[in-house]
Amino acid sequence: MKPIVRFDKVTKSFGDTVILRDFDFELTPGERVVLMGPSGSGKSTVLRILMTLEDIQDGVVYIDDEPLWHEGVGNNLKPASDKHLRKMRGNVGMVFQHFNLFPNMTVLRNIIEAPMKVLKLSRKEAEARADELLARVGMSDKREAYPNSLSGGQKQRVAIARAMAMRPKLLLFDEPTSALDPEMVGDVLQVIKDLAAEHDLTMLIVTHEMGFARDVADRVCFFCDGQILEQGAPSKIFTDPAEDRTRQFLRMVLHEEPASEAS
Amino acid sequence: MGVTFDQIIDALLQGAYVTIWITLASTVGGAILAFASGIGSLSHFAPARWLSKTYVQIFRGTSLLVQLFWLYYALPVLIGIHISPVAAGILGLSLNIGAYGAEVVRGALQSVDEGQLEAARALNFTPGQTLRRILLPQSIIEMMPPFGNLAIQNLKDSSLVSLISLSDLAFQADDLRNRAFESDTITILGLTLLFYFVMALVLMGAMRLLERYFEKVSGREVAR
Repeated sequence: MKPIVRFDKVTKSFGDTVILRDFDFELTPGERVVLMGPSGSGKSTVLRILMTLEDIQDGVVYIDDEPLWHEGVGNNLKPASDKHLRKMRGNVGMVFQHFNLFPNMTVLRNIIEAPMKVLKLSRKEAEARADELLARVGMSDKREAYPNSLSGGQKQRVAIARAMAMRPKLLLFDEPTSALDPEMVGDVLQVIKDLAAEHDLTMLIVTHEMGFARDVADRVCFFCDGQILEQGAPSKIFTDPAEDRTRQFLRMVLHEEPASEAS
Repeated sequence: MGVTFDQIIDALLQGAYVTIWITLASTVGGAILAFASGIGSLSHFAPARWLSKTYVQIFRGTSLLVQLFWLYYALPVLIGIHISPVAAGILGLSLNIGAYGAEVVRGALQSVDEGQLEAARALNFTPGQTLRRILLPQSIIEMMPPFGNLAIQNLKDSSLVSLISLSDLAFQADDLRNRAFESDTITILGLTLLFYFVMALVLMGAMRLLERYFEKVSGREVAR
């Protein structure tokens, strides 16, 4: 199957600090991939490049065989215009670690604003879409509430609905539960699991929740120093990793979050 | 020689009327300039940034009185444009307060969390939509306390228009003082202070009401 995402020798650096070097990576449509690894290893950067929040210095990123950060074909690529980036961004949605709901809008407004203003849906269509999603994430009763009155877990569930309302082909989750109190984590992970079961959208998830990864992921990629050190099915990576670094990291994560095994 | 108490009150009321009018007009004018150049200074369009920053530097960096002199006395000589004292006064005060306000607008817009911009980008909003629907509604509340200070500053600065022959409150007070017996000086200047103070109180009250309103729409509390 044609990959939905392809990184071809991508280099990303901040000043002198190289985050990704000659990075290659592929996602097939419908695949659920979990990215793990120490902080600063480049896993969130992969998501942020795909969401066009960070540009790249070298190489090409393709979404559905079309260059994301470039325009043109073959070797004749030039940097993408704002128009091209806007078109490409329509394929991708993102759920952030800190939710980033708009505090000046109600829950409903947070969800319908972009479908109405960007996708030009009518208010009726946008609300129908929002209500269905709110029901799906268990937040229907908070439709008219403002984000500041919600708990972290509730905010994240709304943020997931907001991203889904744009009907992306590819949904990115950047540590969706790291900013949550422990008792909220399960709810949010359950919502993501349900979405994964009901939709065939492609998901790329940065998380350290191993129990969740085992349930949802087709593939786990272990990041180290801007490279994928090893990857494979969660059962393989979690029980019998080939690399010492992976083993060390997993032991550390298990120690920090004993609850994640149980979930 | 000498003036009666009724004449004092009459003249001061006339002056206050001019002061209120000029203050209101230039505060509104200043707010428009403040938003235009505060937003302009953050634009991706380089000439807009350059224009905004030059405007702010020039009008913050020179004396308001000299700016008023330029508008009223120098422009006619320089390019043959005569403007009325009222127009010169309102324009001068607007340009001056707008330059300070621009910095308030810029600072408040920049105070909005980076995550809001990232979310707006992820949802594919245009820069204009992001500004109107997300940045301005969230940051306007932060602008209100400094805007209140600027409006009061503007009320008091408006007394400088008396020096380009506008008969505002300060002009009337000075005129009365020249015509009255010296023993009335305290009464005249005391009443003048009181007039300014009452106007300032009303202005502060109005700004507080605006603040309350924006507190509701922004979803953010004002930091005090």
